[in-house]
Amino acid sequence: MTQTGSTAAAPPSAEGGAAPPARRAAARDPRKTWRSRRYRWDAKFSPYAFISPFFLFFVAFGLFPLLYTAWASLHRVELTAPTDMEWAGLHNYSRLLEDDFFWNSLWVTFVLAVISTVPQLLMALGLAHLLNYKMRASAFFRVAMLAPYATSVAAATLVFAMLYGRDYGIINWVLGQFGVGEIDWQAGDWTSRIAVASIVIWRWTGYNTLIYLAAMQAVPQDLYESASLDGASRWQQFLHVTIPSLRPTILFTVVVSTIGSVQLFGEPLLFDETKGATGGADHQFQTLGLYMYEQGWRNLHLGRAAAIAWVMFLILVVIGVINALIARRLRKS
Amino acid sequence: MALLKTEAPPAATRRRRRPRAGEAGGQQRAGKLTYAILALFTAISIGPLIYTAIAASRTNARLAETPPPLWFGGNLFSNMETAWTDANMDLALLNTTIVAASVAAGTVLFGTLAGFAFAKLRFRLKNLLLLLVIGTMMVPPQLSVVPLYMAIAELGWIDQLQTVILPFLVSAFGVFFMRQYLIQALPTELVEAARVDGASSLRVIWHVVFPAARPAMAVLGMLTFVFAWNEFFWPIIALTQENPTVQVALTGLPRGHNPDQSVIMAGALLGTLPLLLLLLLFGKQIVGGIMHGAVKG
Repeated sequence: MTQTGSTAAAPPSAEGGAAPPARRAAARDPRKTWRSRRYRWDAKFSPYAFISPFFLFFVAFGLFPLLYTAWASLHRVELTAPTDMEWAGLHNYSRLLEDDFFWNSLWVTFVLAVISTVPQLLMALGLAHLLNYKMRASAFFRVAMLAPYATSVAAATLVFAMLYGRDYGIINWVLGQFGVGEIDWQAGDWTSRIAVASIVIWRWTGYNTLIYLAAMQAVPQDLYESASLDGASRWQQFLHVTIPSLRPTILFTVVVSTIGSVQLFGEPLLFDETKGATGGADHQFQTLGLYMYEQGWRNLHLGRAAAIAWVMFLILVVIGVINALIARRLRKS
Repeated sequence: MALLKTEAPPAATRRRRRPRAGEAGGQQRAGKLTYAILALFTAISIGPLIYTAIAASRTNARLAETPPPLWFGGNLFSNMETAWTDANMDLALLNTTIVAASVAAGTVLFGTLAGFAFAKLRFRLKNLLLLLVIGTMMVPPQLSVVPLYMAIAELGWIDQLQTVILPFLVSAFGVFFMRQYLIQALPTELVEAARVDGASSLRVIWHVVFPAARPAMAVLGMLTFVFAWNEFFWPIIALTQENPTVQVALTGLPRGHNPDQSVIMAGALLGTLPLLLLLLLFGKQIVGGIMHGAVKG
């Protein structure tokens, strides 16, 4: 096996000196030529075979649907008869722009993106810094902060909706001990958004902490050593050594979290105890993702849902472009 | 043999690094305040889960009293039983296990194949194709929902498990994760030696790549299992209460004016426990996987 196989197609190697006579021998023996041809084919095409499942699935379940969404968004399509498509031009889009709830959902999405991402990442940064100290039980802390990550959106939102309950919720009870009156978390504009954001923060802070911690451990130690020789305090080291080294990672987490907030759906859907898809009686916490679901699967306008999906896609493209610009500037500096 | 020459998996790397780090300026020993803050944060992380269990162990009537219960009651098993039978949690847990295991298996298999090709093989357009893989991460699943729904409605696939398995069988993260691991964990000479010995690429995959990739495959499998278990948006659309996953069943629990909160919490607990168990058993590996994927990502 070893000898026959290493004939014609063997790449130049230590025993390369033996190759020329072997190649001549192979040319004479038809069986060996077949084998070596198969071998070369294998070497040439197997990489494509290995990556093809990914691309096949992506085309089938990502790219094609994305493009078809654009096509569907130009039609009137009802959920009850999804195959009956009636050309509507840009009607779905113009309807969107006239709909106050669309603009409302854009605003809510933006607000939630800010109030969930900013505190989350700041806390994660601080916690990662603490975890980076030499300490006991560090493995325990790391695993414990992943518990929310292992909790599903549904389970987390159900329990948070209860914690934020107006009459019997534990949060109002604790606040009541400090003399704060009962808060109707769900009904208020900002209270409901804070509550929904807190679910997102709870689920993702630990995960982001680990990502920052990994990046911090990759910071070369001599940077800290020379900083402390220069008399920099711990806080100064954090500001002037750690943060600059983490910039690419911070950008990465900002982008990922922002993309996540644009898609926010399960939390606002389940936080509403009436199980409506309006995000509260006044749409006060209806995100773009929830608005899309409401239009498509509650109001049965699939075409309009497709148009909303494309608006979301455009927003994500804009985020991606901004990200690329910032990343390029970071690399330059 | 292969692993000896290369860098050990992330957990071991950390262990080796720690004593050295103690001497450096950036990594002093943690003070009491550090422990206090981390303990507080741990309490916040675990608190809602404990409260889920507390509420699940009480009666619904007790949950409508002030002050709210702060310790466990005796109704946990009867509430779980109600959730199990009335809320379809038995079928939901079975379905979710099938779905999450299939998605994890597909992601690991296809991720390892593609990750190996991108890490160790030479072919035309490689860098462009890799960039394309990373670019696909930008396209969130929401954008494909409308046509996919139209397709499954046409095929009569609504409520069938393959609908929520197929779209998630590959992941760009999986490809990238395996590539990053194999670049350092699989010596190129080993692959070339096997090729010189006349091994076909399938044999190389089976006898060289899989053994070297096994630790990362396990971690990727667990991360994907967690992700697939918790997948929400598409199952809500593609499945109904007739044949739900856990997330769909939880969404379908009656709420509003007079819901049985304790049963809802029992359902949430049942749907979360398998993953918490996974975290308890393999927490270190999962932590290592997230951190490993992060440094290079």
